[in-house]
Amino acid sequence: MLDSKIPAGPLDQKWTYYKGHCKLVNPANKRKLEVIVIGTGLAGASAAASLGELGYRVKAFCFQDSPRRAHSIAAQGGINAAKNYQNDGDSVFRLFYDTIKGGDYRAREANVHRLAEVSVNIIDQCVAQGVPFAREYGGLLSNRSFGGTQVQRTFYAAGQTGQQLLIGAYQALERQVALGNVKMYARHEMLDVVIIDGKCRGVICRNLVTGELERHFGHAVLLASGGYGNVFYLSTNAMGSNVTAIWKAHRKGAFFGNPCFTQIHPTCIPVSGDHQSKLTLMSESLRNDGRIWVPKKKGDTRKPNDIPEDERDYYLERRYPAFGNLVPRDVASRAAKERCDAGYGVGSSRQAVYLDYAAAIVRYGKIECNKLGITNPTDEQVRKHGIEVVKEKYGNLFDMYEKITGENPYEVPMRIYPAVHYTMGGLWVDYELMTTVPGLYALGEANFSDHGANRLGASALMQGLADGYFVIPYTIGNYLADEIRTAPISTDHPAFVEAEKNVRERIEKLMSIKGNQTPESFHKRLGKIMWDKCGMARNAEGLKQAITEIQQLRKEFWSDLRVAGNVNEFNPELDKAGRVADFLELGELMCIDALHRNESCGGHFREESQTEEGEAKRDDANYSYVAAWEFKGESNWELHKEPLNFEVAKPTQRSYK
Amino acid sequence: MEHYTMNLTLKVWRQKNAADKGHFETYEMKDISSEMSFLEMFDVLNERLIREGKDPVAFDHDCREGICGSCSMYVNGRPHGPWKANTVCQLHMRAFKDGDTIVVEPWRANAFPVIKDLVVDRSAFDRIIQAGGYISVNTGNAVDANAIPVEKEKADAAFAAAACIGCGACVAACKNSSAMLFLAAKVSHLALLPQGEPERKTRVLNMVAQMDKEGFGSCTFTEQCEAVCPKQISVSNISRLNKEYLMAGLTAEKK
Repeated sequence: MLDSKIPAGPLDQKWTYYKGHCKLVNPANKRKLEVIVIGTGLAGASAAASLGELGYRVKAFCFQDSPRRAHSIAAQGGINAAKNYQNDGDSVFRLFYDTIKGGDYRAREANVHRLAEVSVNIIDQCVAQGVPFAREYGGLLSNRSFGGTQVQRTFYAAGQTGQQLLIGAYQALERQVALGNVKMYARHEMLDVVIIDGKCRGVICRNLVTGELERHFGHAVLLASGGYGNVFYLSTNAMGSNVTAIWKAHRKGAFFGNPCFTQIHPTCIPVSGDHQSKLTLMSESLRNDGRIWVPKKKGDTRKPNDIPEDERDYYLERRYPAFGNLVPRDVASRAAKERCDAGYGVGSSRQAVYLDYAAAIVRYGKIECNKLGITNPTDEQVRKHGIEVVKEKYGNLFDMYEKITGENPYEVPMRIYPAVHYTMGGLWVDYELMTTVPGLYALGEANFSDHGANRLGASALMQGLADGYFVIPYTIGNYLADEIRTAPISTDHPAFVEAEKNVRERIEKLMSIKGNQTPESFHKRLGKIMWDKCGMARNAEGLKQAITEIQQLRKEFWSDLRVAGNVNEFNPELDKAGRVADFLELGELMCIDALHRNESCGGHFREESQTEEGEAKRDDANYSYVAAWEFKGESNWELHKEPLNFEVAKPTQRSYK
Repeated sequence: MEHYTMNLTLKVWRQKNAADKGHFETYEMKDISSEMSFLEMFDVLNERLIREGKDPVAFDHDCREGICGSCSMYVNGRPHGPWKANTVCQLHMRAFKDGDTIVVEPWRANAFPVIKDLVVDRSAFDRIIQAGGYISVNTGNAVDANAIPVEKEKADAAFAAAACIGCGACVAACKNSSAMLFLAAKVSHLALLPQGEPERKTRVLNMVAQMDKEGFGSCTFTEQCEAVCPKQISVSNISRLNKEYLMAGLTAEKK
């Protein structure tokens, strides 16, 4: 039976109660306790820094050449916090409620409420670190709105919020490195966890420069290795983002929660050809001011600026008048797919919709002209001043769009299409962020916990930092307090030897196939299966086919793979081969999970389960639970259910109309 | 944009490891799409090399959207290639035309030793940050975020400096392999904010000392760094760094 260890008491008192009653570790004992952190994105860097500050001996690992390059850096739009600086009715409860509702009632209430509570501390901490958030002329912080909410609670630093937050956490981490509290291992990849007497006690890592395998002991291990959207090959994730760390943990006993819950982000630059290696997101913040439309006429080939206003279908504003262009991501993505499937798509591929800034430029231009005292401004003056405002707010995003597409988005509307962006699923964790393996934790995108079946914009940064700065420093003490008598275990222990041997054998196996196909080509084929059959819309038949196809592809992989280079050298092809091998197992589990969940919720859209208007139809009577899968051997998983009890936010049919 | 394909000649620096002397190798590339990114062209090349049983070209890359700072190719004598304010991952092949020859090298600087082919070791940058590129505030110490207003102009200037992605193009472009723009960006970011005030003097002194220790060259203000910086970090930050360093040197109390 899964024990989520949710503290007793009223929802808004649980975290306070927990903090007042959890076990503590005194400073002298902290110095004796070693903690391993895998990944240095927002969750990992903030956790490693905070635990180092507390006095634990921390080892942090990342596969990039510097911890500052983790993929959190690419987050654009912002970070939510219930500060209510705008006096527009925000509160901890509203942020909690929006997140639960946005997640389509598939997240755990207690975790989400805690997230909303600590959100305010995150902003304080980041500002103290020197994170240069956008400010108003009075010197105070600026906010903007994001999808799925009706308040302005998103803090931002132009379109580079993730970068600025990560640099803040990275600097805090480097400070601890300088102080000797954290030892940093860059260009290292975790390839297994080591379990001794039922507890996680360390990891096996590969030094990606030399190829050497290393054993590292820890009293506890934190996985903050991010999401697994790259199982789809094309996604907005970085090229190196992978599932390997959490997948190895899964195979060693950590249950995998809601693996099929994937976020398809509505505003990405469309695919341009077969050579495409990744997709680029255009921040959701663009939906604040941009209007999304397609022509009213099917297959209209006119240039966008030649299509008159009354022949444009602003379909989000039409279908969802209350939220308009700011509906949550899953809703916006499906609506775009619906229009394109029906034949209204634009661009050469017809798999795109317009995101138009013309109206916003005029609106801002008029305000600016008014401020400047220009009466009866010409259209040209309005445009000029409007473009200036848009440039200040979104300049870097517009520049990025132009670099990729060669089109000027100030002149012509951008073309966008949904793309895989984030995975709500991840390792199952309890309230303390511990997986089903004692001493093994999962933080940030690597866990399943806070976003249910759909994550709201600007909530990933919030969750990563909440877990790292404000949750794990408390909850890990509750575990380590009982470990103060555990002396460091020698890495000559048979469990370490055995784990290293298994890792080595697997690497040798990958190298020894000497077939004809590259890791990249297998990855592409897996991605296509996943996108076609386990993507924005899923059905039972397609998922069953996908499972068979993935099994076959995996077989082919292990008999016809070719890995260039050698083991004991810098070899990115070998790194990739190992990651693709894990994706080939994960993909199957995702399809199994999607098949078993015979309802639609959030980003998981089963075609069999929709309302008459084509909206996702939940089945609370049968599926109001977290699906936690236990690995039982190849193609074999056992389902465990954690029932979700909604005491405060009572589930209703989600409506943004 | 009009789409076209092209044939190209690539001259790529190949170096097995740090000890190897290294050399250029020439590859003929056929039917490259103008819509491809520069790194996608390298993907095509590598897939071909693997099929031919040869060693693919190693290069650093990750986000491929110009923000992580991993990618680091010296293209036709310029870090990140011909486009202004750009990283090589965002460079697209429409920058080139049929028949072009493209020369690709790693960052070259003593402080950035080559690991393999186009991959270099930039950990010196991390050590410069360790020397003081932070504000010493433990988690939980912070006051309310709006308790200290920051002049918008200064906040914007701090943000502009903080936009540095730590790619090292500034070092690669500099004839002296100076890291002054990188350092100046961090010193400026933190010196412009009230939160950075308490450590203002020690920070700049310690970071400059670490930069010298890492073997970066001196700044002779040729402004090449700004010209190639993907984030257009201004050399005015170097002026600020010099001012900060001078003031700190004159007024800091010796420890």
